[in-house]
Amino acid sequence: MSGLQISYFEASARKRLSGLVDTNSFTEYCPPELRQTSPHLALLGSPLAFDDGVVVGRATLAGHSILIAAQEGRFNGGSVGEIHGAKICGLLDKALVKKPAAVLLLVDSGGVRLHEANAGLIAISEIMRAVLRVQDAGIPVLAFVGGSCGAFGGMGIVTRLCTEIVMSEQGRLGLSGPEVIETVKGVDEFDSRDRALVWRITGGKLRRALGEATLLVDDLIPAFRSAAEELLKRYQALPLITDDLDTLTAVQTKLENRNKRFANARDGRDIWQATFADASRVPDLTVSEFNHQLGALS
Amino acid sequence: MSEQTVYDRLFGTGNHALIFAGLFMHGWAQIGGQRVAVIGTTDHAAIDVTLSLQISEAILNVVRKNSAPNTPPCPIVFIADTQGQALSRHEELLGLNGYFSHIVRCVDLARRRGHRLVTVICGEAVSGGFLAYGMMADRICALPEAQVRVMDLRAMSRVTKISHERLAELSQQSPVFAPGAENYWRMGGIHEIWTAEDNWSTRLASALELAKISDDRAEIGVERGGRQLAATTAVIVANA
Repeated sequence: MSGLQISYFEASARKRLSGLVDTNSFTEYCPPELRQTSPHLALLGSPLAFDDGVVVGRATLAGHSILIAAQEGRFNGGSVGEIHGAKICGLLDKALVKKPAAVLLLVDSGGVRLHEANAGLIAISEIMRAVLRVQDAGIPVLAFVGGSCGAFGGMGIVTRLCTEIVMSEQGRLGLSGPEVIETVKGVDEFDSRDRALVWRITGGKLRRALGEATLLVDDLIPAFRSAAEELLKRYQALPLITDDLDTLTAVQTKLENRNKRFANARDGRDIWQATFADASRVPDLTVSEFNHQLGALS
Repeated sequence: MSEQTVYDRLFGTGNHALIFAGLFMHGWAQIGGQRVAVIGTTDHAAIDVTLSLQISEAILNVVRKNSAPNTPPCPIVFIADTQGQALSRHEELLGLNGYFSHIVRCVDLARRRGHRLVTVICGEAVSGGFLAYGMMADRICALPEAQVRVMDLRAMSRVTKISHERLAELSQQSPVFAPGAENYWRMGGIHEIWTAEDNWSTRLASALELAKISDDRAEIGVERGGRQLAATTAVIVANA
């Protein structure tokens, strides 16, 4: 493991992956040497990547056998095309046979790749079903969100289907990106250049306060690794139970309550005010202070 | 064609009891002497948090009603008519993606409990709104005239910086990016497209018979020639 204090946000997908798993334990599936590039991008004359923007393979993490996928946000916004999506689907299929301790998804994606939109949308729906199949087989699927593209569009839905979601403060999770909302609804609805606002609507602290992200960590690769270790250890001791009618009914109630409680909320500040003693300080809290205050509330 | 006429053609006149509440609809119908639950949206609904909760609640209610011993799980017919997810700061703040994933989990619960799931795309099926439940069914059917897409070509042109003319031209060669139910059919994303002349009740009954629990869309994409790489790439990874 790399002990360097490297920003997860700034790192490439391969750097994140190698920093998360045990040293020299990673074996890549469908590696760049196979040149499995997108013919659809080629048809449109767009740049190609030999891995189509996602790295998949097996590794160990703290000695546990895992399968792992890392999306490269710097290639077409981590978007999901036919091959990109199929690599993730294939990895999830493999999990059913190989029975790893967990599947890790290092999500960094705006969702469907528009250059191959239909293939991307179908692929994401296939990933959604595969994520549920893997969990139904008792294997946790862990999402990590801390890259520059966040987890949006269909990948925002996929992320919320995972067993656990680890986020950094800089990580963003949602459905429609701020730019899309601004383009369609106007700058008064959502000013996508107001970075503080974007962060308050979609960022890691907000998602953690709402209970969507299950762990909030510092923007450092070792911090993400520690979280992964902790979760792997937890799920070794605690077998995963597939959602039944009672658990989903409880989620339904929880989501209904959130909808009622925040019926008029349009800014993360509304959530802070309802949650924290001193809402004005929330943006300045360190991750450990934030986690501590949130822990004291529950 | 009015929506009532559509439901009459799908289920037969007098064979359905559907409740409409805003853009949400649900109820019961008969298909081939079998009782089915119907859940969906109407009028090209933009799916927001409130509508999401109505859909997931309706699915949970169907599963709950069928939980008694010796009750065979009834099929569920999803009616998809959505322009996509609602776009607003409020919806994003609440985590609309999480509400959609809750619907997906509810659909999956129904599948695991033995409910066969068929989607009928009635008006349009777009992007996130289609992903939320329509695309999660075992078998996906489109009525004639159904519009299916992520984004129209003009908007796609603005985002990809590829001229509209070029996109329109290339869409003649490839089903992969341009809107259209036919394109989704070729790629395996839609199982059946019905014609105006078809007997939709008969087709729906047959779709319920053909509905498979396993996700067969990648293989169908290969068979129909519209999506050659997904299945082979997934196999390369799965067999590595």
